Amino acid sequence: MSQRKKSVSASQNKTQRRSQASLNEDEEASFSQVSSSQVQRARENFTSDQIDRKVAEVVQFILIKDQKKMPIRRADIVKHVIKDYKLLYTDIINRVCRTFEQVFGLKLVETDPKNHIYILINKLDPIQGEPVSMRSVNPKKGLLFVILSVIFMKGGVIKENLVWNSLKKLRVDPGEKHDEFGDVKKVVTDEFVRQKYLEYVKIPHTEPVEYEFRWGLRSEKEVSKLKMLEFVGELFEQDPQSWTQQFREASTVDSSSQRTSS
Amino acid sequence: MSRPMADSHRRFLQTMMSNGIISASQAEALHKHCCETHGAHYVADRLDDFINVINAQLQPLFMYIRKGMSEENGLEYYALVNMTETDITRMASDYADNELELFRKTMDLIVDSESGSASSTDILNSADSLRTKKLKKKETEHVLNKFVQDKWLNEKDGEYTLSVRCVVEMEQYMRTIYPDLIKVCHVCHNIALQCQMCENPACGIKVHLPCAARYFRARSDPHCPSCNDFWPHEIPEMQRFQSQSSQNLPSSSRENTAPTTSRRSRRS
Ligand SMILES: [Zn+2]
Ligand SMILES: [Zn+2]
Repeated sequence: MSQRKKSVSASQNKTQRRSQASLNEDEEASFSQVSSSQVQRARENFTSDQIDRKVAEVVQFILIKDQKKMPIRRADIVKHVIKDYKLLYTDIINRVCRTFEQVFGLKLVETDPKNHIYILINKLDPIQGEPVSMRSVNPKKGLLFVILSVIFMKGGVIKENLVWNSLKKLRVDPGEKHDEFGDVKKVVTDEFVRQKYLEYVKIPHTEPVEYEFRWGLRSEKEVSKLKMLEFVGELFEQDPQSWTQQFREASTVDSSSQRTSS
Repeated sequence: MSRPMADSHRRFLQTMMSNGIISASQAEALHKHCCETHGAHYVADRLDDFINVINAQLQPLFMYIRKGMSEENGLEYYALVNMTETDITRMASDYADNELELFRKTMDLIVDSESGSASSTDILNSADSLRTKKLKKKETEHVLNKFVQDKWLNEKDGEYTLSVRCVVEMEQYMRTIYPDLIKVCHVCHNIALQCQMCENPACGIKVHLPCAARYFRARSDPHCPSCNDFWPHEIPEMQRFQSQSSQNLPSSSRENTAPTTSRRSRRS
């Protein structure tokens, strides 16, 4: 999975990457050139109260970014919150990660190690029938779930036309403005992609250009494939085990470490 | 000394974060649900203990879950409060600058009023003097609607009041900004906006309507709980407010008890 992801993102936005490169190198340099004695001295410079306060500020900063589903960048965290504590970035971010896991049941994951972009992922399993809605009663989640299941049942990657056709069968036309979702195509190819629920990538050497969809990193971490298979099974009144390949993938992924609850 | 959090607590907190505010009966149902989901020991009337475990962990982050009462129906609610915010930044992630300015102006009008409310006409007029970016009448109405939907304001017959969520989450801010205008209820000691007031000029204490209903319930000849002067107001009926301990009773009032779309789902 990670292999495939790397090759996909590498082929993506080459030009954009080049222009970012110099910027990244500067930032990277200022991080990698920190010596352990510098860090040691910085630790002595700040009281533990001051560090606690910084940790709290970073946690709040990330929560707000996550709420707005905006990218969480290391550069922004440093610029807006960490500021003079930059030498202690690793110390602080480690404590922030621990706080997210222990207090909120969330996991801070670096999705882009080159540009240092993080997302917050829910470590708790989604549950049906909450007395109060978890994470909003968002009808868009239903739309997303349908798309994810289509991708999953078709083996993990599908051409975009297949997605649009599946949605049309549910009377959601990407070409028309939908009462609930507005611009469906924008929601799917922009919003869901930005939120890392979906990957939407150009298929190389296609003329005219074609795109394909995959599960995004957030979906991989948050959505239970086994539950999805049960859902699809119910829909078609079939035993999930009859889809041997999907079932195998779902059971291995779900039983592996990613969903460790403490 | 604090007890460690378990997944049941974390799920409860996550739901609080995405909803902003929930009614006491929802909180009770959620407590049960979270404990059962994660196989934790569930004790029905220990919701506050359960929340205290979460609050102990939230304290270093300058956040906590606070109980508040709706001034309108007397029902209790739980809200997630951020202590670092001395401004209405709690809302900053969801609104544009001029929308926030409109909210501040609306709050000014409400806090400054005797009734604890502001008419839509007054709010629309105040929108003319926005410094950030002017809002047209239609836009102002739309933004006000959004404030109501997001549970920051209540609206009834064109009169706007501050919601329980707003009062609970922004208490600190309001006390800082309006030190002379903000009074607390003599009975429950929370900020009092929609209330009755003692007419003895030397006293002038305030009491929420639901608190007055409760306090004066059995008294045929009501007197001020502070100066003992005659209490000249009509005592509201208890029935107007569902009883304080009502459990799992779906509220029929217009106060937002339904889990409407949270801030999370707001899109441009
Ligand atoms: Zn009161
Ligand atoms: Zn009095």
